[in-house]
Amino acid sequence: MEDTSYWLPLIWVAILGVAVALYVVLDGFDLGIGILFPASPEEADRDQMMNSVAPFWDGNETWLVLGGGGLLVAFPLAYSIIMPAVYLPVIIMLLALVFRGVAFEFRWVAKPHHQIWDLAFAGGSIVASFMQGIILGALLEGPTVRDGVFAGGTFDWLSPFSLLTGVAVVAGYALLGATWLVMKTDGEVQTQAREQAKRILPLVLLALVIVSLWTPFAVPRIFERWFTLPNFLILAPVPLLTAYAAWSCWSALHAGRDTAPFVSTIALFLLGFIGLAVSNLPYIVPPNVDVWQAAAHPSSQLFMLIGVLILLPVILAYTVFVYWTFRGKVRAGEGYH
Amino acid sequence: MDLDATFLARIQFAFTVSFHIIFPSFTIGLAAFIATLLVRWRMTGREHLHRLARFWTKIFAVSFAMGVVSGIVLSYEFGTNWSGFSRIVGNVLGPLLGYEVLTAFFLEASFLGIMLFGWNRVSPNLHVTAAVLVAIGTSLSAFWILAANSWMQTPAGHEVRAGIAYPVSWFEIIFNPSFPYRFSHMFTAAYLTTSLVVAAVGARYLLAGRFIEESKTMLRMGIGMVALLAPLQLVIGDMHGLNTAKHQPAKVAAMEAHWDGSKPADLVLFAIPSETEEKNHFEIALPNIASLIITHEWEGLFKGLKDFAPEDRPPVKPVFFAFRIMVGLGLLMIAAGAIGAFLWWRGALFHTRWFLWPLSISWPAGFIAILAGWWVTETGRQPWLATGIVRTAEAASPVSAGAVLTTLVLFVLIYSVVFSMGIYYINRLIEKGPAGASVKPPEGVPSRPLSAAEEAAHEAIEGTR
Ligand code: HDD
Ligand code: HEM
Ligand code: HEM
Repeated sequence: MEDTSYWLPLIWVAILGVAVALYVVLDGFDLGIGILFPASPEEADRDQMMNSVAPFWDGNETWLVLGGGGLLVAFPLAYSIIMPAVYLPVIIMLLALVFRGVAFEFRWVAKPHHQIWDLAFAGGSIVASFMQGIILGALLEGPTVRDGVFAGGTFDWLSPFSLLTGVAVVAGYALLGATWLVMKTDGEVQTQAREQAKRILPLVLLALVIVSLWTPFAVPRIFERWFTLPNFLILAPVPLLTAYAAWSCWSALHAGRDTAPFVSTIALFLLGFIGLAVSNLPYIVPPNVDVWQAAAHPSSQLFMLIGVLILLPVILAYTVFVYWTFRGKVRAGEGYH
Repeated sequence: MDLDATFLARIQFAFTVSFHIIFPSFTIGLAAFIATLLVRWRMTGREHLHRLARFWTKIFAVSFAMGVVSGIVLSYEFGTNWSGFSRIVGNVLGPLLGYEVLTAFFLEASFLGIMLFGWNRVSPNLHVTAAVLVAIGTSLSAFWILAANSWMQTPAGHEVRAGIAYPVSWFEIIFNPSFPYRFSHMFTAAYLTTSLVVAAVGARYLLAGRFIEESKTMLRMGIGMVALLAPLQLVIGDMHGLNTAKHQPAKVAAMEAHWDGSKPADLVLFAIPSETEEKNHFEIALPNIASLIITHEWEGLFKGLKDFAPEDRPPVKPVFFAFRIMVGLGLLMIAAGAIGAFLWWRGALFHTRWFLWPLSISWPAGFIAILAGWWVTETGRQPWLATGIVRTAEAASPVSAGAVLTTLVLFVLIYSVVFSMGIYYINRLIEKGPAGASVKPPEGVPSRPLSAAEEAAHEAIEGTR
């Protein structure tokens, strides 16, 4: 029993990590489309941009439900601390997702009076992304916890650091969206997306560098994790690979390639994610609650783990199948509307 | 944790969950209806079935989107509003919600893409399969969430140590005492609701002399289902009530506004129950009938509200009135099904205007009954969050009343806008009807920017003029 209660939380934190990473990458690009919307005022361009993600957005957003649900399943204590701590950003994010989600359908049936849903789509995407970044920043800084309960104030999540991570996430998603468009569209929309990606990439890198320097210098625990031997040597590949991914994204954009920019942006995101995990594990509510303290009863974790082991491969398989079905460039005018 | 924040959190949860359930009530049945249409189309090759399926798919897409976004809100509200929920019953309920995500949400959300956008991308058989998978997904979703809710009503298969619930038997947790009844009752309710909407739209077209062939199919399928399911729902509901009498007697006492458990209960048709005076005003009642229904004996006794300490009683008025609204609508549905079936048998269903007219405006009935039913169930569970384990107030999150109030106002404002627009657009799609180029527009057509989508959109506008 000792053994299972040691390993299960680790397995679960890995599963949650996969879910959150998949969410960030998948919903990231379709939120990114919304962030880029204001820069493409032409209705035809917007149709094409939206059609490139319309069949996927719902499946993408389900990873968010798995992330939140998974936290409740595996680490109920963490869930009960985090949600009240970031109460306002979470609710505002959800409301923004409402606007943006219904816009996918409303925009078509509202035509030709769809401008308001264009606004809802863009505004909802931007606000939701910004809030996700704020939530990330607030978690990295660590909510106030007393006796296993959130004990901070309503606006604790608001800080220069969380505003910075907010902006960083918006920029990151915009880059994912732009490189997705480079891959999935052609003509005018593609050309413009390529130009946007070139401009956003340096911003994203800047944000990445600031966050990577800020956290270790603000938090001694994280500094020790990265800058002591032998950790420093073992972890060195993370920043090196990140630099490589950034460079390959840049050169692929300039070489006019279609798929490579998107792939290297994903790599960039995953490496950033790994970096955050390295900084914070084994804490799930840094710096107070670790994965063992927050873990659900082993029997609950185990019961759910069986389901995950059987069902997650199936889900991944049909997710791939759906993406494969809609592979290739978006065809103009495609849709059921 | 002041009381105000808890009270606001309850209002907020009640508002958002009531908003959410409107859409599942419709999409669960509609997914199955569309899948049936498509399967029948594949088997018979009759084109109007395909036209109908495409038509309802557009409406489905709009409703589904509203269902999804409002559902995501709920899954996070467990944490934002009821953080004690996950701490105290998370070990038991977490996995049920997790299984819902894994078995249901991914299935429906992924194949929805193919169902909506795959008309020309995949083979017809694969497309039909996608529609069937979406329908299965919605049913699985109902299975798990109702298992979770039923466990909160009638917990089983767990043990409580130091105030925290731990799982003992997953089988008993899932198939807890009220689950079979709640699942079949809700499932039937969802199918009934959709059938009524379908029948109402058919009746609306027939009255206007439009889309005759499609309308006849809608009316036959809708009325057939109502005639079958409405009486069945009465039987299930009765069994459900008996089960509740066994496990949540205070709720049944509130449903019947039955105060004094030492006497047989009358069936109260109407009254204004007074919680402070512990009696009913303006009562109209049938003597002993409630005893007969619940104990199956003329002189049978069951607990009255006075048998419970005041702090253990649910609010009486909402439970009492909501129950009457639900049952009243159920009886009306039985009547509508019976009359419809009779007219159908006489060959008069499609031109009996005195029947078609009320039918054409009956579409809200199912939604109202479902909302009323949930208000009975959930308010009747008070003051408990999970019966006997944790009270609602103990589960509230440590957030300030101001924050909850702000978000409550935002929810009400935003949901009102989204909901009114959604209804308006659905109505517009219905106005337009299952007309137009039904099959295969774009493929092969030169890829003129925005061909089909825009045409269809503009067509939709013209339809309303
Ligand atoms: C009887 C059925 C039923 C009930 C009682 C509920 N739901 Fe629901 N829910 C569904 C039936 C459903 C569905 C049929 O599966 C949905 C509805 C609309 C839809 O389009 O999918 C859905 C969507 C949906 C989604 C979005 C899934 C996605 O991303 O595709 C979430 C997160 C929830 N729900 C969560 C909840 C929670 C936390 C509930 C309880 C408080 C709840 N639902 C009550
Ligand atoms: C979908 C249909 C549902 C409707 C319309 C509904 C309605 C309501 C209402 C009206 C309340 C407030 C009761 C009160 O405070 O007096 C409530 C509370 C609540 N319900 Fe539901 N409910 C539904 C389903 C569910 C399900 C499936 C779950 C859980 C799995 C659930 C969990 C809760 C919780 C946690 C509360 C808050 C605590 C409380 O006030 O009791 N509900 N619901
Ligand atoms: C015709 C007679 C009906 C009877 C006798 C009946 C009985 C009941 C009872 C006793 C409950 C409360 C169970 C509990 O919480 O313990 C209930 C709940 C409910 N009813 Fe009905 N019902 C009827 C019709 C309907 C109709 C027509 C609908 C909707 C179309 C409906 C939808 C619901 C829903 C959604 C709930 C809440 C979920 C649940 O607990 O099952 N009912 N019903």
